[in-house]
Amino acid sequence: MTDIFSLRDDSPVSETPVSIEEFLGNSNATAVRIEVGEDARQLLPYLDRIALIQVSFPAFTDGRGYSAARILREAGYDGELRAQGDVLLDQIRYMHRCGFDSFAPEKPLNAEQVDIVLKRFDAVYQAAADQKNGGHQNPVWNLRHGN
Amino acid sequence: MYKYDHYDQSIVDARVAEFRDQVERRLAGEITEDQFKPLRLQNGLYLQLHAYMLRVAIPYGTLNSGQMKMLAHIARTYDRDYGHFTTRQNIQYNWIQLDQTPDLLADLASVEMHAIQTSGNCIRNISSDQYAGAAADEVTDPRPWAELLRQWSTFHPEFAHLPRKFKFAVIASKEDRAAMRLHDIGIQLVRNDAGELGARFFVGGGMGRTPMIGPMVRDFVAADDLVSYAEACLRVYNRYGRRDNKYKARIKILVHELGKDEYIRQVEAEFEHIKTLNLDPPKAELERITAFFQDPDYDILASDDLDLCDPDFALWVEQNVKTHKQSGYAIVTISLKPIGGIPGDASSAQIDIMADLAKKYSFDELRVTHAQNIVLPHVKKSDLYALWQKLDEAGLATPNLDLISDIIACPGLDYCSLANARSIPVAQKIAQRFSDISKQKLLGELKLKISGCINACGHHHAGHIGILGVDRKGVENYQLSLGGSGAEDVSLAKITGPGFDEDGIVDAVEKATNVYLKEREGDERFVDTYRRVGMAPFKEALYD
Amino acid sequence: MKLLTGNDLKSGLVTWWTGKNWSINIEDAIDVGEDGAAILAAEQEAQRVNSAYIIDGDETSGAPRPGHIKDRVRALGPTVRPDLTLKPNDANAIDKVV
Ligand code: HEM
Ligand code: SF4
Repeated sequence: MTDIFSLRDDSPVSETPVSIEEFLGNSNATAVRIEVGEDARQLLPYLDRIALIQVSFPAFTDGRGYSAARILREAGYDGELRAQGDVLLDQIRYMHRCGFDSFAPEKPLNAEQVDIVLKRFDAVYQAAADQKNGGHQNPVWNLRHGN
Repeated sequence: MYKYDHYDQSIVDARVAEFRDQVERRLAGEITEDQFKPLRLQNGLYLQLHAYMLRVAIPYGTLNSGQMKMLAHIARTYDRDYGHFTTRQNIQYNWIQLDQTPDLLADLASVEMHAIQTSGNCIRNISSDQYAGAAADEVTDPRPWAELLRQWSTFHPEFAHLPRKFKFAVIASKEDRAAMRLHDIGIQLVRNDAGELGARFFVGGGMGRTPMIGPMVRDFVAADDLVSYAEACLRVYNRYGRRDNKYKARIKILVHELGKDEYIRQVEAEFEHIKTLNLDPPKAELERITAFFQDPDYDILASDDLDLCDPDFALWVEQNVKTHKQSGYAIVTISLKPIGGIPGDASSAQIDIMADLAKKYSFDELRVTHAQNIVLPHVKKSDLYALWQKLDEAGLATPNLDLISDIIACPGLDYCSLANARSIPVAQKIAQRFSDISKQKLLGELKLKISGCINACGHHHAGHIGILGVDRKGVENYQLSLGGSGAEDVSLAKITGPGFDEDGIVDAVEKATNVYLKEREGDERFVDTYRRVGMAPFKEALYD
Repeated sequence: MKLLTGNDLKSGLVTWWTGKNWSINIEDAIDVGEDGAAILAAEQEAQRVNSAYIIDGDETSGAPRPGHIKDRVRALGPTVRPDLTLKPNDANAIDKVV
């Protein structure tokens, strides 16, 4: 199994995530997997009993998972949100801003480099899902006007 | 003009540092070309036929003389002393070295410029009306809205890996000088009955192999909703746009396949949700940006009188000088289409001259047009003669705006690795065939556009006369099409029939213009006559 | 003949496989025969050159000449800027491309 790289305070959920179909079919699972093309909104009624949602990135160029992540965060999901698959250093920041807080990359990430990448930009132009954790990503159009 | 504050500057500076790091990792072999390619592409660095090509963003086509001088400096220092202005109001350099790009970007950042999102499957540089702020027919200056969208779309985390590239255009006039309806999202600023400004959204236009005119999806989006509504349009696309086939991945295909009404329904539902998230900027932000685009300090006593006794000057005024909203002033277009030259190319010396002239005569401002020319937007009429003389000395006073030799041409097979045929030599031969200016003026407004392959970077679908280069068993061949327009009378050109070789296409263009001269009524333009008489007489002349 | 070509990683310039190394002059190119794929694989590892590929060509005029116009343009330079090609002083260079 690939190593989980987590930015959360709690430790990564160890349960193996099940498919949406399996989850919706009366399972007791608390970990679900979203494949590309699947609708994250199917999970919205159940967010309070889910501890891990894993979103797959079969290729880093397939950006559907970013929308899935934001949709889940916008609905108030605050469990572990894991990006799995072709997860590369240069996409981590975007993923983090969309609400991912753990990563299961196919090729291991270097923690030091991740840290540099996450800290590289101290200003952002637009609001996204990361506003809540830490508040440091308040968009500049708010900061400019003292909001 | 917009000026960066420390936030804008820090973002661009951080980007330079990030790209420096990415280039270092690539040169050290830590990342493969497959991994590096999308990273360099998001920063406008392509690998082209001969070398790396860098595309520098000129947001909504506006720049000051210091920035223009920097473009000249880059041409001199990092390239082979010239640059190519493009239909996307950007500039491209054709001979960039990978290891020098970080330094180049640092130089750009020092004048508030960058290459962010000038390629890749993300939101690209936002284009606009080259006469913005100077046109008499605009409801407002569209650039503050474009700047707001520029900021919103820069490093947007959700939309960095869209199914395909995404292009916005923002205009605020009835006259469309930016091919607005041929963009993924075209925005026309309008006033509603209450007199408030808002954005009319057209989604799903584009060129490429399946050209489409974007349908209107909402006739009024209030300023306060602009960002939320744009997020909704993009999110529906990011989630449901096709990713199985890159030729079907543009938003136009999604809108077409879903149907406009279903797309609108999904966007409205998403918008209703997003609006609850409080993502829109505070009202004060658009006001802050707008304050940068105040009118320059016009001399309100400036005279409208012009001495036109020099016939060459008069010719140039008649063709390249347009009405300004302020009396005593004019909008000047500097043609980058000398007869036989390379459309859109300018040497570093010419770029410097244009910068100096902008400083002296146009309140320090220049514009790049989608027709690959340069505009000095605010020139006092009493300065026109002196300006013209200096332009003429520098070979920059060709009086051919919107005439047949004012050709849009993509780089084609001389530079582009996707090309099927060369575009530039065809443009040169056509311009030479029609080099007699009285012949050109007889033909009147005639927009001729050439692309070297089906990707349509040269807007051939939107040409009154369009030319498309194809590969016929390894030999360059050219298809002719007629009747397109990228303006407010937007339409897509139709192919006349079988293609021609390089000399044949020049003859074919001449034959088509002869049909027009024979058939035209009153003051019809070429495209009007074509629309009235249809393809038949043209076909007859071309293929008998 | 078969030619192996790509672009230099650092400068981006068009390069041709010479048997041991890469050269920007097509005159230095060798016929890679059946070995193209193997060289390509090894060179991909070495990461000196980007987007390398194998093309058909001939040598009937005495020097290697790519079969497709696109690679002939690559070998020379932009036909609309003779001054920027590899043969700025050869008046016939461009005619040979077309
Ligand atoms: C030389 C390198 C270039 C490459 C590799 C390139 C690539 C492409 C491709 C692949 C498309 C088709 C996109 C699609 O249909 O999905 C396209 C469209 C387009 N490109 Fe380029 N292009 C290049 C240069 C240019 C230049 C120089 C201009 C401006 C003169 C330009 C402006 C456009 C425009 C306006 C379109 C059509 C509108 C659209 O469908 O987005 N491109 N380009
Ligand atoms: S139209 Fe084709 S040939 Fe021309 S620049 Fe675009 S991709 Fe290249």
